[in-house]
Amino acid sequence: MAYRKAIDATSYVFDDLRDLLAKATPPRSGDRLAGIAAGSAEETIAARMALADLPLKQFLNEAVIPYEDDEVTRLIVDGHEAKAFAPVASLTVGAFRDWLLSDPATGEVLAQLAPGLMPEMAAAVSKLMRNQDLIQVAKKCEVTTRFRNTIGLRGRMSTRLQPNHPFDDIGGITASILDGLLLGSGDACIGINPASDDPAVIGGLLRRLDDIIVRFDIPTQGCVLTHVTTTLALIGQGYPVDLVFQSIAGTEAANRSFGVTLALLREAREAGLSLKRGTVGSNVMYFETGQGSALSANAHHGVDQQTLEARAYAVARVFDPLLVNSVVGFIGPEYLYDGKEIIRAGLEDHFCGKLLGAPLGVDVCYTNHAEADQDDMDNLLTLLAAAGVTFIMGVPGADDVMLNYQSTSFHDALYLRDLFGLGRAPEFDDWLVRMGLSGTDFRLSGNAGQLPDFAAKLIA
Amino acid sequence: MRALTPARVGLGRTGAGLPTEALLDFTLDHARARDAVHAAFDTAGLIASLHALGLDPLQVSSRAPVRRDYLRRPDLGRMLDADSRRALAGRAEGACGLVLVIADGLSPAAVNLHAAGVTGQLLPLLSEAGIAAGHVVIASGARVALGDEIGEILKSRMVAVLIGERPGLSAPDSLGAYLTHDPRVGRSDAERNCVSNIHGSGLSSAEAAFKIAWLIRESLARGISGVALKDESSEAMAARLAKPV
Repeated sequence: MAYRKAIDATSYVFDDLRDLLAKATPPRSGDRLAGIAAGSAEETIAARMALADLPLKQFLNEAVIPYEDDEVTRLIVDGHEAKAFAPVASLTVGAFRDWLLSDPATGEVLAQLAPGLMPEMAAAVSKLMRNQDLIQVAKKCEVTTRFRNTIGLRGRMSTRLQPNHPFDDIGGITASILDGLLLGSGDACIGINPASDDPAVIGGLLRRLDDIIVRFDIPTQGCVLTHVTTTLALIGQGYPVDLVFQSIAGTEAANRSFGVTLALLREAREAGLSLKRGTVGSNVMYFETGQGSALSANAHHGVDQQTLEARAYAVARVFDPLLVNSVVGFIGPEYLYDGKEIIRAGLEDHFCGKLLGAPLGVDVCYTNHAEADQDDMDNLLTLLAAAGVTFIMGVPGADDVMLNYQSTSFHDALYLRDLFGLGRAPEFDDWLVRMGLSGTDFRLSGNAGQLPDFAAKLIA
Repeated sequence: MRALTPARVGLGRTGAGLPTEALLDFTLDHARARDAVHAAFDTAGLIASLHALGLDPLQVSSRAPVRRDYLRRPDLGRMLDADSRRALAGRAEGACGLVLVIADGLSPAAVNLHAAGVTGQLLPLLSEAGIAAGHVVIASGARVALGDEIGEILKSRMVAVLIGERPGLSAPDSLGAYLTHDPRVGRSDAERNCVSNIHGSGLSSAEAAFKIAWLIRESLARGISGVALKDESSEAMAARLAKPV
């Protein structure tokens, strides 16, 4: 179905919902690369005006990727809960924005709405929102998950400790883990991106993570971010797997390019659950996503990258993940060109994820060929903390020496804690006090950062 | 702890912040990486170096001559502009064995520093193996896959692309070599072999040239490249280095 908007003498026509969503999207290089972006600034606003008048119900009638062609569409359509949708069923996208910002739309109300929202609805309304709207509404949402600690409580922010090493040297990885723990990082998880995909290497990393967590009784979870089939095989061989990781995207074809299907993810989650390693909960999945992944796999079906990203969260949420991470600036300037585009995308992703009920964290990051620097990352970091982001990364000095990009440092998290008074997962905060790493006010002790006895033993 | 990893551990802290020294170290490395991405491609210097090696390079450009377009539109960096297509077509003769493409990629700085050196080390190894470099092409605004179009037009059995890699904080000047058998527009990255990390503190020019020559020889002999061709050059290199000179 075509959509129209006349502005003065110009009549803008949008071929279908997919086209309307793409043209209404704030500018970004990935949509231009795909050849689906609006041709002028005025056309963008014409598309937003047409979108604002669109009844939310239209999303139930018109799929951006056909039901028959795509299992992600089938998941979204078949999983839609009409009862949860009822409170907003009569609204247009524009009125939905107004409602989201209104006082009656409390965190509790939004949590009940989540199963009634399709990801395309979340993406659509985000396109009408300014950055402050994205922050304001996301801040209302509370998504709480548990494994060995409790993540996502109001007034708290967690960090994934990311101790990567260029050739998976176990001593080097351990040094980065210690550095992070001493600076109060690692409550979301200690998650290693391995350089190798050799199962023997991955298995060794899993044992080291388990050894550290058990030996020091740390209320956190380990993860080695390797392909889900590798993790499945290692579970079968008895390796200690806490979280099951996989990169996912918003179309069946893009997921296929990652070597996964929904059935495989279901199998992996069952295997993770069977180990019963969680102590306070059983959210065993860790997903990573990012705008542009479907386009880079030539699997985008002419849909804009932000709408597809929201669809990835619809995939994630059905697996009750502990963590969902949008790796927002990693993919490069052909998808998000500069600091402005990365900041906008980070806020959109966080908003859409939270509105859909996913525990969204953001890897606030950039590559050296993007027009961005640490100041842009400081901006996004601060805005996301204001929006109540679930977790961010903790990389030594913000420099990932294996993946060759810049993320956020252990120090960055300390800055946000000071600025916004944010705690960590409560169990992890208590552990820091027990270990003498922080005072009862949960600020790091003056001597934190120096090697205590327990740590020295590990790398001796 | 700092001896155990190249990661930035043990930086200390002042309040929540980074000490000034650590802050400036980081910004220096980032500045170098940025400079590498936006460095001018010194084609004149490269041509002079190649002439000294007895080579007579052709020059081509992609459809992304402006750096800003190059970064946003990788598709344009994979296509020759019309003039370059015509110029190459005029030079195409019968089938040739190998075309060597030297391309700016994401780090012109790496190419300026290392490409001539690697080429100089590579030529004797190739001639030892009886392989002639049919054409040498300097390509501006290029992505790896531009080599496919160049190789196709020049009717080569194989294309080797020396290209600047995406700069990291630890190595802004890293060169990569991508080797593709039977180059044709539309080849996927899985159909290439890669020798990466060629820079001062990575793979040396001599080591890189050895690996590249080994892969070219094996690829031409077996008629394949990419995931089907495993790089087993390390053993051959160890054996060669062990030989008395």
